[in-house]
Amino acid sequence: MKWLAYGAACAVSLAGASALAQKSAADAIADYRASLQDGNPADLNAARGAALWNKARGPKNASLQGCDLGKGPGVVAGAAASLPRYFADADAVMDVESRLVHCMVTLQGFKREELTAKPYSSDGQKATEIEDLVAFLYDESRGMPIAVPTGHPKEQQAYQRGKQIFFFRAGPYDFSCASCHSADGQRIRLQDLPNLTKTAPAQAAFAAWPAYRVSQGAVRTMQWRLYDCFRQQRMPELKYLSPASVDLIAFLGVNANGGKMAAPSIKR
Amino acid sequence: MKTNNTLILLGAAAIVAGCATMSAGPDVTEVIKASFQERGIAKLDRLEQTPLQKACSQADAAGKPLDAATASRLEQAALAAVKPPADGTYLGDWKEGEKIAQSGRGLQFNDTAQTVAGGNCYACHQLSKAEISFGNIGPSLYQYGKQRGVANPADPASAEIVKYTWGKLWNSHAYRACSPMPRFGDAGILTEVQLKHVMALLLDPQSPVNTP
Repeated sequence: MKWLAYGAACAVSLAGASALAQKSAADAIADYRASLQDGNPADLNAARGAALWNKARGPKNASLQGCDLGKGPGVVAGAAASLPRYFADADAVMDVESRLVHCMVTLQGFKREELTAKPYSSDGQKATEIEDLVAFLYDESRGMPIAVPTGHPKEQQAYQRGKQIFFFRAGPYDFSCASCHSADGQRIRLQDLPNLTKTAPAQAAFAAWPAYRVSQGAVRTMQWRLYDCFRQQRMPELKYLSPASVDLIAFLGVNANGGKMAAPSIKR
Repeated sequence: MKTNNTLILLGAAAIVAGCATMSAGPDVTEVIKASFQERGIAKLDRLEQTPLQKACSQADAAGKPLDAATASRLEQAALAAVKPPADGTYLGDWKEGEKIAQSGRGLQFNDTAQTVAGGNCYACHQLSKAEISFGNIGPSLYQYGKQRGVANPADPASAEIVKYTWGKLWNSHAYRACSPMPRFGDAGILTEVQLKHVMALLLDPQSPVNTP
């Protein structure tokens, strides 16, 4: 009986193997990604982020519950889907991470330089507080339509500059963001490259960041995604929360408007 | 009366200038300069665009190809600066070329000056049949030499293809301005010796690129 069961299992697994062999590599990667969707470790980051958000902390011993993310003080649901946007109190366009740090400084009294010194965790290390908080903020926008505003002149300027930065070729490789992300159906190795100038792929890409990267064992934020793209472009280091990063996120966000947030997602 | 008119004109000019500043916001080059910091081998001078980079960026952002005259001028300048190998030998060892084609290291801020740079050819091109993990930003180069009739790269009949291939690797813009391919020779990404190895990968009849 045991042998019978073993034989049957072998037959099943052989059939599975031949079905796999008939699949294209891209399909296999898509299947692998789909299999990761269940049980995203970023859920833990979001839970830790929620606790951090609600806790009185910092020199002012205050929580972040009064933080205005653009929908009024204390309103977190859906806020990340509508950022970057212009904030009158800072007279600047801010993305999720810029606004979060702004609130940690103004409400809790943390020093900006301390918050921005090490925003990203090292591979396999404990997430930074910023990463946990960012995971929480995006999780609160899950399923919400992307609606990055362009009504304010500074929002339009950010979008226009972001577009120019997207096409800015420089460095020893002559690359720009557009070198990889402005044509349909392109791949680096087996990695699909979304055409971020087009609505549907821009929506899919914008909706999926931040993401838990299995290969790095960490939640990677949108700011990190841009920082690492510029590293691969052979540019100098993109500063955390820099104006160019916010402009680029505004450009991508506006291109993605109408999509549905699905972050934090999980990526290989 | 005349003075008043001048004043009005000056005032109007100031308002126009003011509005222009207000509507444009900070200049994109200022924003870029303020947004990056040097790290390791990646210094800030990497943000200074060459005339070619500038022309290509502007054309890309406008969604239009370069005008024919500018493209031709850039291509000619790139071609004129191609440096042939000092000893006149164009081909090295395809086995070394394959390693260079596989490696994506070099010139990133987390690399060092001692990091041996790769060409990362497989990121964008199909090359050998055995490697199935290849990108498609560039055309397939499988059977590159064979398809171009290169039976013996040393044969004078192959000279034209050999020189073209060297030029394309040295500076891709020599044949197509605003190509997405890096200037492997011109920008000093690969050494002359490394370029010869990649040449062998592409043109040596024994290379896996040219065998079935």
